[in-house]
Amino acid sequence: MSLIGAKVLRKEDPNLITGQGQYVDDLQPAGCAFMAMVRSTEPHARIVAIDTSAAKAIDGVLAVWTHADIAALPARPSSLPGMDMPLITGDVARFVGDIVAVVVAADRYTAADAAEAIIVDYESLPAVASLSQALAPDAPMIHPVLQGNTVFFQDYTEDLSAEFAAAPRTASLSLVNNRCAPAPIEPNVVLADWGPAGLTVWAAFQAPHHLRNTIAAFFGISQDTTRVIAPDVGGGFGAKINFASEIFLAAALSRALGRPVKYTQTRSECMVAMFHGRAQEHKVDVAFDDSGKILALKVQVTQDQGAYPDATGMGLPVLTTAMSAGCYKIPKVAVSWRNVVTNTTPVAAYRGAGRPEASYMIERVIDLIADETGVDPIEVRKTNFIPADGFPYQTHSPLAVYDSGNFAGALDELLRHADYPALKAEQAARLADPRAKLLGIGFASWLEIAGFGPPGSLEAFGHLASWESAQVRVQPDGSAIIYTGASPHGQGTVTTFAQIAADQLGIDFDRISVRHGDTAVIPQGIGTMGSRAVAVGGEGVKTASTRVFERAKKIAAHLLEATEDDIVVENEEFHVRGTPSKSVPWSQVAWKSFQPLELPAGMEPGSLDATVFQQVPNFSFPSGAYCCVVEIDRETGDVDIRNMYLVDDCGTVINPMLVEGQVHGGVAQGIAQALYEHMQYDESGVPRTATLMDYLVPAAPDLPGYVSGRTVTLNPSNTLGAKGVGESGSVGAPPAVINAVVDALSHLGVKHIDMPATPQKIWSILRGSK
Amino acid sequence: MGMIPARFDYRQAGSVAEALQLLASCDDAKLLAGGHSLVPLMKMRLVSPSTLIDISGIAELQGVTDTGSVLRVGALTRHRVVERSQVVAQHVPLLAHVAGLVGDPQVRNRGTIGGSLVHGDPAADLPSVALATGATMVVTGAAGERRIAAADFFVDFLETAVGPDEILTAIEFPKRTGAGFGYEKFVRRSMDYAIVGVAVQAGDQPGIALVNMGSVPRRADAASQALAGGAGVDAVAALAAEGTNPPEDLNANADYRRHLASVLTKRALLAAGYR
Ligand SMILES: Cc1cc2nc3c(=O)[nH]c(=O)nc-3n(C[C@H](O)[C@H](O)[C@H](O)COP(=O)(O)OP(=O)(O)OC[C@H]3O[C@@H](n4cnc5c(N)ncnc54)[C@H](O)[C@@H]3O)c2cc1C
Repeated sequence: MSLIGAKVLRKEDPNLITGQGQYVDDLQPAGCAFMAMVRSTEPHARIVAIDTSAAKAIDGVLAVWTHADIAALPARPSSLPGMDMPLITGDVARFVGDIVAVVVAADRYTAADAAEAIIVDYESLPAVASLSQALAPDAPMIHPVLQGNTVFFQDYTEDLSAEFAAAPRTASLSLVNNRCAPAPIEPNVVLADWGPAGLTVWAAFQAPHHLRNTIAAFFGISQDTTRVIAPDVGGGFGAKINFASEIFLAAALSRALGRPVKYTQTRSECMVAMFHGRAQEHKVDVAFDDSGKILALKVQVTQDQGAYPDATGMGLPVLTTAMSAGCYKIPKVAVSWRNVVTNTTPVAAYRGAGRPEASYMIERVIDLIADETGVDPIEVRKTNFIPADGFPYQTHSPLAVYDSGNFAGALDELLRHADYPALKAEQAARLADPRAKLLGIGFASWLEIAGFGPPGSLEAFGHLASWESAQVRVQPDGSAIIYTGASPHGQGTVTTFAQIAADQLGIDFDRISVRHGDTAVIPQGIGTMGSRAVAVGGEGVKTASTRVFERAKKIAAHLLEATEDDIVVENEEFHVRGTPSKSVPWSQVAWKSFQPLELPAGMEPGSLDATVFQQVPNFSFPSGAYCCVVEIDRETGDVDIRNMYLVDDCGTVINPMLVEGQVHGGVAQGIAQALYEHMQYDESGVPRTATLMDYLVPAAPDLPGYVSGRTVTLNPSNTLGAKGVGESGSVGAPPAVINAVVDALSHLGVKHIDMPATPQKIWSILRGSK
Repeated sequence: MGMIPARFDYRQAGSVAEALQLLASCDDAKLLAGGHSLVPLMKMRLVSPSTLIDISGIAELQGVTDTGSVLRVGALTRHRVVERSQVVAQHVPLLAHVAGLVGDPQVRNRGTIGGSLVHGDPAADLPSVALATGATMVVTGAAGERRIAAADFFVDFLETAVGPDEILTAIEFPKRTGAGFGYEKFVRRSMDYAIVGVAVQAGDQPGIALVNMGSVPRRADAASQALAGGAGVDAVAALAAEGTNPPEDLNANADYRRHLASVLTKRALLAAGYR
């Protein structure tokens, strides 16, 4: 019986729910010292002087470092030349949170006291806190190497003026994709131990090999004596693939002090130091006809990079513009983007990284067209969908060749769950009753690019390669250990990969362990991000398991004196097809696989061990259709999500429970972006939402129950057929929610409302309408 | 950057007398009850007391007593105990109801009614109950016991009439058995502090009090008077924000808060049985 598609309980959970998980902060090696940061409280300032004398005099303080102490080290990896982010900033601080000095002390409390005792003399410089400030003529400049604050500008890829001039209708939309803080429950944590035998770094990280390679290059040391371990990791959402300066500082300080150095970011630090996500502005022009058919689309993306551009951050608008056409066949698409620096926290990957921005944009555009033409939003979608037989589909972007999908099918499936006519009738009735809450119905047919990826795709972001490693090792008793380079941090990969291996090997799921997150144990690896773990890493597990199984069959055939092709496995017994009585258990095959005298001619002992570097030819393109129903309190402007219908197409489902978990989590973050979360700065660049008191991560009761459906189109790039699902919810939910909010208010002439749709914003609209 | 308090000494007091003695003998000491307002401030290093005097073990300050005319609630009674108390539900139902709306279950299991009142946070829920019901605070110091009316208790932002060497020992709530009540708490995120809140106590001495409509918890005086004078809910609600100077923050500007105050007042009045 296949385990693919089975609701298997997570192998991870017994440890985690009994408090036996081991996170970096749980580790307490002997002699461990603690690092604390002095961070800039100024958005942009010259650092005139730093007085460290009082801190150095505190009992238990082991080191106080400023820029001079790290001047010989490179800048933070993944920085851009001339705009490098020093590990400790030098004469200028460029955002609130920029590291100005570092303290190491014998305990955390002394380290915090010492950090507080350091006196920094700032001379404020004019700052740019927003894109409009950064792009204003005569704007203050952040990096002398730039002309102005634009790091990179790509003009429209095509001139569409003729298409727009000829079009029966055109419309425009300006959108803001609000800046979000990833805010994982576990912030950045690192423990570095640099001894005579080498350097070991435990880090809350999503890609340990990537970090190992980078650390070794950074310090000019050998990879064989550099070990990175990502133990249990408490959420990452993309923010834990960034090379946080703290990691390199902990290692450098451990080398200098000859003892382990640990750093645990505080929540308030995490809010300003961990790289943010989204922070894009869009200017969109669309040409269409009276039936709602889109003729041409122009999208201009302005990406806030924060104070120091990061290689991943620079890639965000590339992904957004690549995915700008969404599920639709649009004859002409021209895209343009600009990366801009501001005196704010750097921006990089956050769940969805560039794709939620694209789906939000195009799904708002669809509803705008519906509003302009009077054609129902469902119809506008159906009119423009790429047909189910239209794959592979080459988009306007060389990056995106959609592999498969059935967008109309997903929307139809959605409408089986959401009774649209009934909802519309209810909406009309509510509108007529001034005491009733307003009802809004919003749809999103979304699509994203995942399964990173084909050769070259991750190299562009500084990775070694884009494959994922998998090693399958059968133990002498017939159990198996899988080693994967994917480094899960909450996804349940230990469970899904064991399901995949169990199917191929014929070994019981309970006798398969999955190991990850340690460069000394895992052959090589890339990591978990871009919804790639199953689509690439899982496929690797399948390939390696198949190889091992073929060899096991050879041994079994030899032992049973039968031909290999006749051998099948059932309940961990190999037998000759049709003759179950003639059998040999997996445990014996495994045992004998290590005994030269028992093996068929030419077979080496230990051959039930295979390592694969799994490549895939293309990205994957998970898609789906969501419907959100909101109620709006006419007196307070409060938005309540009443229903959320979710149809996902992630190809083959390995474990429905885990897919649901991923979707629910992603949707929660999408709802959060649409209604709650917004990392804000005041005019001068001081963060206004730097604590969880002000930055509203929604709580469980704020989220609705979900009704889930599914369609399945297979991923042609792997044999599993799986596409990846980690980011889907965060891609699909924001447009569904905002479309619903706009729908609820459309009788007032509202065409758009920026995220987050806060009660006060909505109240001002409602009040203005009176 | 936050979350790690400065060094402090820790003492436990077994009785009110001992706590008073410790308060008098330590410079810059603070009483520690549930710690759910004080400890966050210490972690942010917004306050750094030299000594914490832990009063949470003082038995005489716990629990609810029915004295006949009033309910006497010990200052150290946890929100959760108040929320679940049958006596409170029967005689001051507004108090039980509101105690159940403070923060989340963890907060309610630790936080105390006394701590909430003495902290004097204008955004806290329970001060509005004390104000709407006309409760009396019982405070003990070296000179003995003082009784302070709720209306005189909240002095300024995070400042109450309790002196630095005094302890709030109990709160006496006049019984409102059988009378209607309403509490409306407007939040963006559930289990959060109120953006605006309104408490209404019906009965022969009705009262309306506001949460987060100024620098101190306060009664809605004009609205309360109109209510006592028999005005209708719309007229009373329209007066809710009268005389207030609401704070402005990312969730709400002053206009919006005034508007919310009257909307919520109307809803609370309706819940309390007014028409
Ligand atoms: C996550 C979170 C959410 C919360 N949400 C809400 C909410 O929605 N609504 C709400 O109202 N509150 C909320 N609170 C606050 C909570 O109710 C606190 O417990 C309460 O405000 C303070 O009570 P405490 O016992 O914890 O006091 P402590 O924090 O121990 O003390 C607070 C102050 O009062 C002083 N003090 C305490 N007891 C006495 C006494 N008997 N005599 C004299 N001085 C004393 C202390 O010295 C200190 O200055 C929340 C707190 C947290 C952490």
